[in-house]
Amino acid sequence: MSTIKCEIVSAENAIYSGDVAMVIASGVSGELGIAPRHTPLITQLKPGQVRVHLSDGSEQEFYVSGGILEVQPHLVSVLADTAIRAKDIDEAAAIKAKEEAENLLQDSNKQYDLAQVQADLAQAVAQIQAISRLKKKLKR
Amino acid sequence: MAVGREIVTKIKSVQSTRKVTTALEMVSASKIKKAQEQMEASRPYVGKIKEMINHLAQASPEYKHPFMQDQEADRVGYIIISTDRGLCGGLNANLFKKAVINMRDWETKGKKIDVVTVGNKATSMFKNSSVNLQANISSLGDNPKLTELIGVVKVMLDAFMDGKVSQVYLVYNDFINTMTQQATVEQLLPLPAGEETIARNNWDYLYEPDAKEVLDNLMTRYIESLVYQGVLENLASEHAARMVAMKSATDNASDLIKDLQLVYNKARQAAITQEISEIVSGAAAV
Repeated sequence: MSTIKCEIVSAENAIYSGDVAMVIASGVSGELGIAPRHTPLITQLKPGQVRVHLSDGSEQEFYVSGGILEVQPHLVSVLADTAIRAKDIDEAAAIKAKEEAENLLQDSNKQYDLAQVQADLAQAVAQIQAISRLKKKLKR
Repeated sequence: MAVGREIVTKIKSVQSTRKVTTALEMVSASKIKKAQEQMEASRPYVGKIKEMINHLAQASPEYKHPFMQDQEADRVGYIIISTDRGLCGGLNANLFKKAVINMRDWETKGKKIDVVTVGNKATSMFKNSSVNLQANISSLGDNPKLTELIGVVKVMLDAFMDGKVSQVYLVYNDFINTMTQQATVEQLLPLPAGEETIARNNWDYLYEPDAKEVLDNLMTRYIESLVYQGVLENLASEHAARMVAMKSATDNASDLIKDLQLVYNKARQAAITQEISEIVSGAAAV
């Protein structure tokens, strides 16, 4: 029975590597079964299972939250995403990161305000002191 | 005997400092290994994506992804990766110095600087400077996840896509070995043109749904994984730098204790000698 090399990797770790008889994954346009000598192909994957059939008939299952599957004449590679990706989820993450920065800048503005208030306070105290000294002088 | 009470107190305090630095050193030493493993684990992914991008670029030469095209804009973007905590020697300081020098170059050419930061140290460094802090993420901890970086990376990618920045740089500490970490400023975008590999592939892929969409998808992931690798390199560098810094702190504390002990012993000896001579002269007087 012929086999094909299969590698499943994510950005954080290598998940699986070995010779398999068949790889089954759910692509964006439908379920795919990749057998040896499949024509070269690149497809995006939907969140779901990737199953590999080993040549001894056993099967291994992996869950991927999306990614990309590439078939070369001698190799199937799955680039698995580490989290479910969608335009609006990514957008939300970007907005959150922006807000984080804005909050920080806001905070530093607050610090600046604090300095300003302290300066004002010092000025006011100095004025009060000057006035009370004047009053004392006048009393004499 | 109340000789050198102050010295004893001082010795005790240095000893407890040494305990802390030793503990920090050992913690970092054990974390380096894990950080290095993580670095190794993420390499195949980046390698594969790069291969595919190269292939796709050759397979469909008429479509050039925006990330590969030079563009004009009056701003330059930086993604700066720093540590969350201090006590790691000059690691962050060197990195920021390098980044700032690079920024000055652009500023003299009349460009403005946009920055997104990863890590507390970079945030506090750049939030009060003249550059424009766009986004930040911190407290990634010892086990950073790619998911956490998507937001900050997207901010920069969007800025590039919208034509707001002409270049995007990645700034991080490259982990060479435990003793050496190299502050690195790397151009992320536009992507340096891929090496012209020999046309070994006379076949092309089938694409689902189509080549353009797949390429778009790959590009984003590629940039993200590069940034993620930068974060991992920086993490390993942090632990290495902290280990070295804490080791020298421990050594210094040991030296200090030795010196203080010597001073203490001398003082004690002097006190005893004095006491004896007092007794002797007292006895002689009687």
